[in-house]
Amino acid sequence: MLVSIKWLKDYVDIDLTAVELADKLTMAGLEVDEIRNIKPTFSGVVVAKIISVKNHPSADKLSLCEVTDGSQSYPVVCGAKNIKAGDMVPLAKVGATIPGGYIIKSSVLRGEKSAGMLCSEAELEIGDDKSGIMQLPQNLQPGLPLEQALDLDDTVLDVGITPNRADCLSMIGIAREVAALTGKKLKMPVYNVREAAEDIRKTTSIKIIDADLCPRYTVRMIKNVKIGPSPAWMKRRLDAAGLRAINNVVDITNFVMLETGQPLHAFDFRFLEEGRIVVRKSKFNEEFISLDGKSRKLDGDTLLICDGVKPVAIAGIMGGLNSEVKEDTQLILLESAYFNPTSIRRSARKLAMPTDAAFRFERGIDPEGVLIALNRAAQLIAELSGGSVYKNYIDEYPRKVPSAKDIPLRLNRINETIGTAIKGKDIIKILKSIGMNAIDVGKDKYLVTPPTYRVDITREIDLIEEVARLYGYDKVPAKLPTISVTEMVEIPRLALEERIRLLLTGTGYSEVVNYSFITPSSADHLRLEERDKRRCFVHIKNPLVEDQSVMRTTMVYGLLDTLKKNVNNGCSDLSIFEIGRIFLNCGQGKLPEESNMLAGLLSGAVSKDLWGSKVAVDFYDIKGCAENIFLDLKLNNFHYSSVDTQSFLHSGKSCGIYLDNINIGYIGAVHPNVLENMDLKDCAYIFEMNLDILANHLQHGITYKEISKFPAVMRDVAFVVPASIETDYMLKIVLSHNEDLLENVGIFDIYAGSSLPEGEKSLGLRFSYRAWDRTLTDIEVNNIHEKIVRNTVQKTGAKIRGEQLYEVKTEEKK
Amino acid sequence: MSGELQQLEKDALAELAAVTTEEQILAVRTKYLGRKGLLTGLLRNIAQVPDAEKPLFGKRCNEVKNSVNCKIEDALKVQLTRKREDLLLKEKIDVTLPGRVVKCGRIHPVIQVRREICAIFASFGFSIVEGPEVELDYYNFEALNIPKDHPARDMQDTFYIEENIVLRTHTSPVQVRIMEKMKPPVRILSPGRVYRPDSDVSHTPMFHQIEGLLVEKGVSFADLKGMLTAFLKKVFGRETTLRFRPSFFPFTEPSAEVDIRCVMCNGRGCRVCGQSGWLEILGSGMVDPAVFQNVGYDPEEYTGFAFGLGLERIAMLKYGISDIRLFFENDIRFLRQF
Repeated sequence: MLVSIKWLKDYVDIDLTAVELADKLTMAGLEVDEIRNIKPTFSGVVVAKIISVKNHPSADKLSLCEVTDGSQSYPVVCGAKNIKAGDMVPLAKVGATIPGGYIIKSSVLRGEKSAGMLCSEAELEIGDDKSGIMQLPQNLQPGLPLEQALDLDDTVLDVGITPNRADCLSMIGIAREVAALTGKKLKMPVYNVREAAEDIRKTTSIKIIDADLCPRYTVRMIKNVKIGPSPAWMKRRLDAAGLRAINNVVDITNFVMLETGQPLHAFDFRFLEEGRIVVRKSKFNEEFISLDGKSRKLDGDTLLICDGVKPVAIAGIMGGLNSEVKEDTQLILLESAYFNPTSIRRSARKLAMPTDAAFRFERGIDPEGVLIALNRAAQLIAELSGGSVYKNYIDEYPRKVPSAKDIPLRLNRINETIGTAIKGKDIIKILKSIGMNAIDVGKDKYLVTPPTYRVDITREIDLIEEVARLYGYDKVPAKLPTISVTEMVEIPRLALEERIRLLLTGTGYSEVVNYSFITPSSADHLRLEERDKRRCFVHIKNPLVEDQSVMRTTMVYGLLDTLKKNVNNGCSDLSIFEIGRIFLNCGQGKLPEESNMLAGLLSGAVSKDLWGSKVAVDFYDIKGCAENIFLDLKLNNFHYSSVDTQSFLHSGKSCGIYLDNINIGYIGAVHPNVLENMDLKDCAYIFEMNLDILANHLQHGITYKEISKFPAVMRDVAFVVPASIETDYMLKIVLSHNEDLLENVGIFDIYAGSSLPEGEKSLGLRFSYRAWDRTLTDIEVNNIHEKIVRNTVQKTGAKIRGEQLYEVKTEEKK
Repeated sequence: MSGELQQLEKDALAELAAVTTEEQILAVRTKYLGRKGLLTGLLRNIAQVPDAEKPLFGKRCNEVKNSVNCKIEDALKVQLTRKREDLLLKEKIDVTLPGRVVKCGRIHPVIQVRREICAIFASFGFSIVEGPEVELDYYNFEALNIPKDHPARDMQDTFYIEENIVLRTHTSPVQVRIMEKMKPPVRILSPGRVYRPDSDVSHTPMFHQIEGLLVEKGVSFADLKGMLTAFLKKVFGRETTLRFRPSFFPFTEPSAEVDIRCVMCNGRGCRVCGQSGWLEILGSGMVDPAVFQNVGYDPEEYTGFAFGLGLERIAMLKYGISDIRLFFENDIRFLRQF
């Protein structure tokens, strides 16, 4: 809300600077977001004294003036007749700007030089008088800028009003706070409605059909109104508050709304058929054209103000075009009402009409302030438009709007909640300063009745907050709560995430954070199959953009998108990971299943040597990244399977990751079609795994295994097998022996080429044998080894390519 | 014989002093001390020495032998050292070439801030808890004392999935879910992603928050002030000035915004703080009794406070970032800086 300090001073004396006032309000919960200085719409206009006035030699209607700004005198040609030597007048000097954007230039009028312009009130938009040159007080000093001389500058505070403080959506509301904070007295505007002979009750009637939605409806009528522009002072106030001036009647309804917080509406009585008001709900699909000229179809729940036949306003939101105040309006029906806040809020939202009136009604206006605003506005209309107010008003008040009464308040509860030792009498003082009626009922207990405009205060805690706020948060001591020892709740996955984060960053991967929402076309980009449940997105009903309209079901799209953005920036060597959630649709009305995922992406090349020569990354680089995690976590129950693959991965370069035979994710090269869909040229490798499952399979504790003091004996064998045979398969068969002395089997060579038949490969395995208690003999090792090799050959049909024998003497042997 | 011995020693040492290579030294050794060497030869002739002189002669021979041997060893050592040094000179490399670094990745700046804050509150005895990001309207709003059709809903624009399902607009629903499940005392911290339809230099439709909740017997607003002061001084430094000012959140009462003196201009007023000299850092307040009632806590028995802050905002202030959208563009040149 924009608060003009000048205007505010109408209701409370302020002897603080704007900054001090802003600080006081902010520290009382009315946050001042901005302090703006308002300047008049002219510049370069100064106070000047007329030295002489002579008739223009060649124009009867013009005169020649000699004026001075104290240091220099200027010849000015002037058309007004109300000036004489010695007058103090506003002079727009050459180069000055006057309202309308006109710049004053030196000119020659009918042969006489004129260096400036003497201005009327209206020309400067200071007042409305355009009959002649504005007369300034004699005590002003010539040469002083006019805005300074007349104190036309204003300061406007932009105050953020929290939704609970409906009472502060008005100048009087803010003034009440200022009065409470500074100890000054609130000055309410005085009004005195002078009534004409005609009785409103004989002219019109009010019928409220939906009293729940309209508990109170009051009207007055003003006749012989002359529609015209508002006086300059009112225009300036509306302007400071950010409202556009329209005409005197409409401006007054706005002015009084800003002053009191009560929205008002003026109807042209001519257009009210049957000359009466009916308040009812809309009929389904009822059409209505509001003041903004838009036609709207209403549902069956919108509260309407109607005449005897048709709707004339959407209650509390906007008037209708059909009953608008026009230039020739003479008879006005002025409405001031209380509407049900929830109903107004629903309608305003549904119709997307967040008007100033709706804003106030939905937050709750003062039900007892309705008449005050009505009378104040009626009086202003009569005064400023030359009309006269009908005798009496109509006040239909079928439902009493409930307001809080006698709220119990305990002194100890106040101090326990705030952590203070405020005394009872100080509490009473604070509450009284904001219009609360507090009755001491003994034993440090009070019954408090808030004023009707404080619709936010209904409970003890609301009163405690008021006390804390006005006592001053800065005076509340700061202490540390005593620690009560409780068992910490732990989410094992979080520790896992931390460990992975450190491991991955330690191995060169940087963490990214992508939006959880993605484009629905990602499903097609990733070639997800029709029956893939990751196609079944959770949709956002009101996305900002289509590209962010569904919740991701895989992290892959985000990573590829990140890659693309970086490639566009010239960085195609990327190693990144993300930890976050995916969202799987569980059907209408149900929350989706949220899984915590880890995904990584590798692309481009890695440095091969110090001098910057690079090699392209491949599948085994990303697999190593995933494998590192399992090794770090001391997991040995994982394996990979090339059988299942993802539609967005290269079918020959991808595999599933299994932990205890449960699929937890996959690794692979991105499918060339997907790369093409995403506009990516170079290959990218990714993995994605489910951290929830991984966290459930963590090994707890490590048991130290004694290191053997005896040397290992190595045997190398090269098996020649069809190229399609996977290493994993061979190793499984080799290890299926469960031979205790076989300590380890490693791969030392993979070869396919000219020395082997087409379609075959050689897989070189290094067997390491070791015993706990002795050095193994060749004979012992040979026996076991031959058995294993023979068995492997038998089961796989492999051929042996060569066999070498090593004996490695370990350090421990010494 | 003894004169011969003396002469021999003299000759040997003189020869040794003249040679320069390892081979020459070894040749001297062979000449004098070898199996057929001169000194060995003299010793062999001990029979010709009168019996009375034999012990003395033997002793002298050994002395000469040791003395020459020592000198030879020394000469060899000198030679060895020289050889080593020659080798070291030959092996000289360009040490100004870059080292073989393992290029480490970086943790996302927002996550770094999250870890820091979580660690501080862990030291205050807070446990980390989580809740769904796609949340029921009930938990996101109603249980937090924000009924349907209440103007307080305007405070947070909302992404809707269905009429009663939203993307959580804050991490506060987690406190309700936790309180439903556990009895006081409660000290929890819930970090996570939150969503609001907003996009400009200071807003992104997704961002991160951390919400804290403490419920115990006898906790007051003074405790809230103390703990949040301690927290902010840990994050922004001991010298940080802060202020608590009244505000409104539907689920706390009394509520407070906490501001710190602008870290950019030190309170003089700048673009970052909108000339006010203060930066809004977090929202907080005493848990509203209505929230306690919704989760079945007795508000007469327990009091508590809650607070929430945006992580991007903290990261922006800490690192001097002026556009929040940078956090989610994941430009590697940006990420590498943290």
